[in-house]
Amino acid sequence: MEFIETLINGLSIGSTYAMIALGYTMVYGIAKMLNFAHGDVIMVGGYMIYVGLTVSGNPIISFLAAVLCCIVLGITIEKVAYRPLRGASPLAVLITAIGVSYLLQSSAQMIFGSAPKMVTIADLGNLKFAGLSIPVYIIVTLGCSVVIMTALSLFVKYTRTGRAMIAVSEDKGAAQLMGINVNRIIMITFAIGSGLAAFAGLFMLMKSPSLSNTLGAMPGIKAFTAAVIGGIGSIPGAMLGGILMGVVEAISLTVPPVAPYTDAIEFIILIIILLVRPTGILGKKRREKV
Amino acid sequence: MALLEVKDLEVSYGVIQALKGISFEVKEGEIVTLIGANGAGKTTTMQSVIGLIPSRHGTVTYDGQDITKMPCHKIVHLGMSQVPEGRRIFQELTVYENLLMGAYSRKKEDTFKEDLENVYKRFPRLAERSNQIAGTLSGGEQQMLAMGRALMSRPKLLMLDEPSMGLSPLLVDEVFDIIKDINKDGTTILLVEQNAGKSLAISDRAYVLETGSIVLSGTGAELAASEEVKKAYLGV
Repeated sequence: MEFIETLINGLSIGSTYAMIALGYTMVYGIAKMLNFAHGDVIMVGGYMIYVGLTVSGNPIISFLAAVLCCIVLGITIEKVAYRPLRGASPLAVLITAIGVSYLLQSSAQMIFGSAPKMVTIADLGNLKFAGLSIPVYIIVTLGCSVVIMTALSLFVKYTRTGRAMIAVSEDKGAAQLMGINVNRIIMITFAIGSGLAAFAGLFMLMKSPSLSNTLGAMPGIKAFTAAVIGGIGSIPGAMLGGILMGVVEAISLTVPPVAPYTDAIEFIILIIILLVRPTGILGKKRREKV
Repeated sequence: MALLEVKDLEVSYGVIQALKGISFEVKEGEIVTLIGANGAGKTTTMQSVIGLIPSRHGTVTYDGQDITKMPCHKIVHLGMSQVPEGRRIFQELTVYENLLMGAYSRKKEDTFKEDLENVYKRFPRLAERSNQIAGTLSGGEQQMLAMGRALMSRPKLLMLDEPSMGLSPLLVDEVFDIIKDINKDGTTILLVEQNAGKSLAISDRAYVLETGSIVLSGTGAELAASEEVKKAYLGV
């Protein structure tokens, strides 16, 4: 019984990682850049939920406002910081992304102070059935994640814009020759990724109410690891990698001798998988054209 | 009036000048070929005309409209289409999805079925393999797919960059027959080729490009008969 509870908990941690990993992987696949400020968008989402709750007291309105803010933030970051660097060296883009990350963290610290805020979204209680006791927030997290990931997969496969995203990720030039506005597709990708980051922020605050300006830092790195494990650029890969990380984390935390080394174990898995499959579990080996 | 008019086009990659001010035109209904050796600037010309790479100087006019500074995706929406060098089909998508991408610039869905049927009629192999992942097609089939994909946008001007590259002699003949056919159905063609003999044979007019400049021009037959072209490009 306890193991099933641990597993379900792992799935919920994992789907939070998957939400974040999707943002990394889609941006990498389409804009060919690592957006290291992505984790901090989660943090901004968290603060927006906090502000919303303080102002309105309504968790749903606060959350929707946070999603909207994150989407606007993502689009703005792309337009102001990354678009002018299109075609610049990847190193310049990477450094800019790190700069944006610090800018967001420091701004949050200046505005909200460095003491953590307690954000109680709603006490949902526990659900008991068949001898299991599962916190309702875990069920909400899992339910939302399944719906979102299914919707995203269908969107990419069956809509005109989704297919354009695949085309851009495969060959930007050929995509332009099809009449696809690459800048617009990149903007949409950032919007989707940042919206998902707001969901991740909500899931994390439901799990633990402490909110500080580094809320997104560690989950961001872990989700990035998950995206690489799954095969960066691959949407199913990000989902798989995220879930895998979450389950490993949950199981490892319940085994006393290894529990303190949980983070290390997760990164060791990354190293092992990269040794065996350098492109990640679902990553495709791209043929380099000569 | 010319459908496409290029005037004094200059393109540089860093300090290297790839095009040193070339001018040419393509009239409606024509097949026009640019021939030249590797590195003469043929692909640069194609990519610059359709807005994939910026030009430093000069103008490109298409259908009476100045498109010099227009981004590629907008030019495509005006009815210009290109089969790029190396085909560049979307390897991970199916044949059908590739053709769907080709129709991306056409907002009206009602002509899609008709266009798809026309492409399948012209390239029966694509119809047989419509659900196959494009990356698993043979080289010849990939070239057919690249051409079919470019036709899905109903272009007025179709540009083909080295469509015969890497194909067997039999397939090369087939590709040139298809190009002639597409032209007969009313599409203007701008062709870039290293296979000077075959391309001059189907061209109304042609230009010879040498290290970024146009050195010769004339009708296909004139150039095919010219001593310089014979020596440099036809190997006679």
